[in-house]
Amino acid sequence: MGQGTADAGKLNWMTTKLDAALGWARKFSIFQYPFVTACCGMEYMATACSHYDVDRFGAGFPRFSPRQADVLFVVGTISHKMAPVLKRIYDQMMEPKWAVAFGVCTCTGGFYDNYATVMGIDTIIPVDVYIPGCPPRPENVLDGLMKLQDKIQLGTLADAPTGPEGRPAELRVLHQPGAHL
Amino acid sequence: MSDTHVLPLEPHTRSTETRHMFLNIGPSHPAMHGIIQITAELDGERLLATDVEIGYLHRGFEKMCELGPYNNAIPYTDRLNYVSPLINNFGYCWAVERLMGIEAPERCQYIRVILSEISRITDHLTCVGASAMELGAFTVFLYMIKAREVLWELIEAVAGARLTISYGRVGGVKADLPEGFAQRTHAALEEVRRVLIECDKLLTRNRIFVDRMQGTGVISKELAISYGITGPFLRGSGVNYDVRKAYPYFVYDRLQFDVPLGSTGDNYDRYLVRMEEMEQSMRLVEQALKQIPAGPILVDGGGQAIPAAAMVDLAKLGQTGGMKRVNVVTDPTLGGSTKSFHCGINAPERRAVLPPKEDTYGNIEGLMHHFKLVMMGHGIRPPQGEVYAPVEGANGELGFYVVSDGSDRPYRVRVRPPCFTIMAALPDLLIGGMLADLVPTFGSVNMIGGELDR
Amino acid sequence: MSDVTRVVHERFPHWVIASHAYRGDQTVVLKREGLLEVCAALRDAPELACEFLMDLGCVDYLSFGSFQGSAPTLTTPSPLPYFMKPAPTAEMWERGVPNEFRFEVVYHFSSLTHGHRLRLKVPVTAQDAVVDSVTGLWRAANWFEREVWDMYGVRFAGHPNLKRILMYEPFEGHPLRKDYPVNKRQPLIGPVN
Repeated sequence: MGQGTADAGKLNWMTTKLDAALGWARKFSIFQYPFVTACCGMEYMATACSHYDVDRFGAGFPRFSPRQADVLFVVGTISHKMAPVLKRIYDQMMEPKWAVAFGVCTCTGGFYDNYATVMGIDTIIPVDVYIPGCPPRPENVLDGLMKLQDKIQLGTLADAPTGPEGRPAELRVLHQPGAHL
Repeated sequence: MSDTHVLPLEPHTRSTETRHMFLNIGPSHPAMHGIIQITAELDGERLLATDVEIGYLHRGFEKMCELGPYNNAIPYTDRLNYVSPLINNFGYCWAVERLMGIEAPERCQYIRVILSEISRITDHLTCVGASAMELGAFTVFLYMIKAREVLWELIEAVAGARLTISYGRVGGVKADLPEGFAQRTHAALEEVRRVLIECDKLLTRNRIFVDRMQGTGVISKELAISYGITGPFLRGSGVNYDVRKAYPYFVYDRLQFDVPLGSTGDNYDRYLVRMEEMEQSMRLVEQALKQIPAGPILVDGGGQAIPAAAMVDLAKLGQTGGMKRVNVVTDPTLGGSTKSFHCGINAPERRAVLPPKEDTYGNIEGLMHHFKLVMMGHGIRPPQGEVYAPVEGANGELGFYVVSDGSDRPYRVRVRPPCFTIMAALPDLLIGGMLADLVPTFGSVNMIGGELDR
Repeated sequence: MSDVTRVVHERFPHWVIASHAYRGDQTVVLKREGLLEVCAALRDAPELACEFLMDLGCVDYLSFGSFQGSAPTLTTPSPLPYFMKPAPTAEMWERGVPNEFRFEVVYHFSSLTHGHRLRLKVPVTAQDAVVDSVTGLWRAANWFEREVWDMYGVRFAGHPNLKRILMYEPFEGHPLRKDYPVNKRQPLIGPVN
């Protein structure tokens, strides 16, 4: 019996360390899929190119096939016409996968509160990191990327749910359209 | 089951059938930096028919403009052509100014020219860089984005933001040029020139690049005109039409510049036109910086300079006597506005132009004035009428058609998007060519979603 | 009256409803029956020579002039705040037709040869919102007319492929009409929020 618990403890220690190692490896080798639709794409370009150099964070290699990517960067306004495409691309990605809402249009819809746009992509797909800004400055993007890396490091250990359910309790605000009216 | 005849696959019964292949390209495709869908009918690698589907970035610009007062539309115009937002800003402001029958001061006109041209350079850099990247020349892309970064820093020094600047105002601009702007601009343009020379060496005689660009995406003069194509795309076909020359606005008629023209109308010509236009834009900026008149430094002399914050404090204590004559020194916390510069860059038209921030915060007249222009139902109110204001955007003629019904919000804002007409011509450019030619042709269209779908 | 407007007046007096040059923009309001005839002359007549169809849009005049701001004290139609005197305006703008003609299709032409611009407006009623298509004269009209159909629901007779362009096929209504609520959403997937 005593021998058994020691083994189990050892095993747990092993798997924990393995998970940590996996998380460490994953967070520095992000293969991202830039789903670029709008203005934010310009700042995405600026971040990805040599001046701000997103490669320092191990995320410098965009994959344009969703099957080869682990992080979906949703960059720019998503209209209702585009929403099914986004959902389909997210579904095509392999687990484990993460999604980043880049720019305020993807976070909440921004100031395009009208018939054409989706009010935040988290109504369609789960989102891990929200990067606000219209568009976010490259420093802001890098900050968001580091937050994503932290989440990737922890994600497999904590098995945390993604999307709105994954937020801390005090930030888990129910989505109330028309609350401002 | 008994009715089913299973045909034996004997060699003599086999027949070959040739079918066309249908290929769906987009809306999210690696080789294209825009969200459109092209449905192509292929015979081998040759394109037989294409159908272009747009609208994936339709976000109701024109509807949103009708909802708020005139100034509220300015941030939306930033996001039309988001690679050169300043041109959109100034185009819209100019349309409203014409509707009001007012004119921005001379210094402001020069500032608008300078920043429009810097914006045009950033647009062309992005277009050439991105289309070169799609042909495999990734280095060029990195160099050009680096050069764009230098220009964006310049824009940031003026407007306070890199990309979505909201810098234009009806009757003027938000803030004057900062200290040492001319020197910074000269340094930045030097750097851009260096990058352009390098990229020219990398691309212009590069065998792969030339082979893929030359003779692809050809459009004749007549067809281009019939499609209503303007800008570098039309000039690549050899038609001399530039809004800056044909219908000079701001102060373009006082500046010297050449309009580069292509001859064959293929992708390579358009690339050369864009490269040359960047040089011409730099020439325009340099001339405008030489000619720009100094703003009237003092509205009415006699006042000593005090910091803006101190002025606000005095005003809070009620010591507003003589405050109209006080010359306030620059304070970045007040949105880059200083009273002495304000009248140099904004029209003396109280029906349309917001007062200097120091007055808004400092005295009751300024606050009232601000209130009268900002509050719903008050605002800028042009008389009933309509106006079409064309400016030369980076992709061609960018027109704002504004209809006023006499209220404080635009009744209708219609944008004439330059790349819309080019996209309409895309099937004609592609059909008959190879599938691989789609990439350089689409790159040279410089399709900008915000402008195309609005 | 400038040359372009005068030429159009002289050649087609029976089709022209009104014309003006507000803020320097030459404008002719046309009866819609005469559209194709006038457009063909605009393109081909050497003294007009409008090679470019620069823009084609539409305006919905449903609530024109009836907007009341949220500031109830200011109901005067004057464009000025009450404490300012209006600047004298020499030119006056008039629509030319009553607002029963709800839609107005607006064409902007530009001439490469002569350098003039001309705006052509064709008012139509909501019940019979059909205008002849000018796709046969300018290829640019194809997508512009599709956009007007998509956004306003004005039909173009003779258009080869009149279908939605910016919105998706299942979308109901025409979003830029003044009576379409701005945030009435019709999502393809996801919640209506």
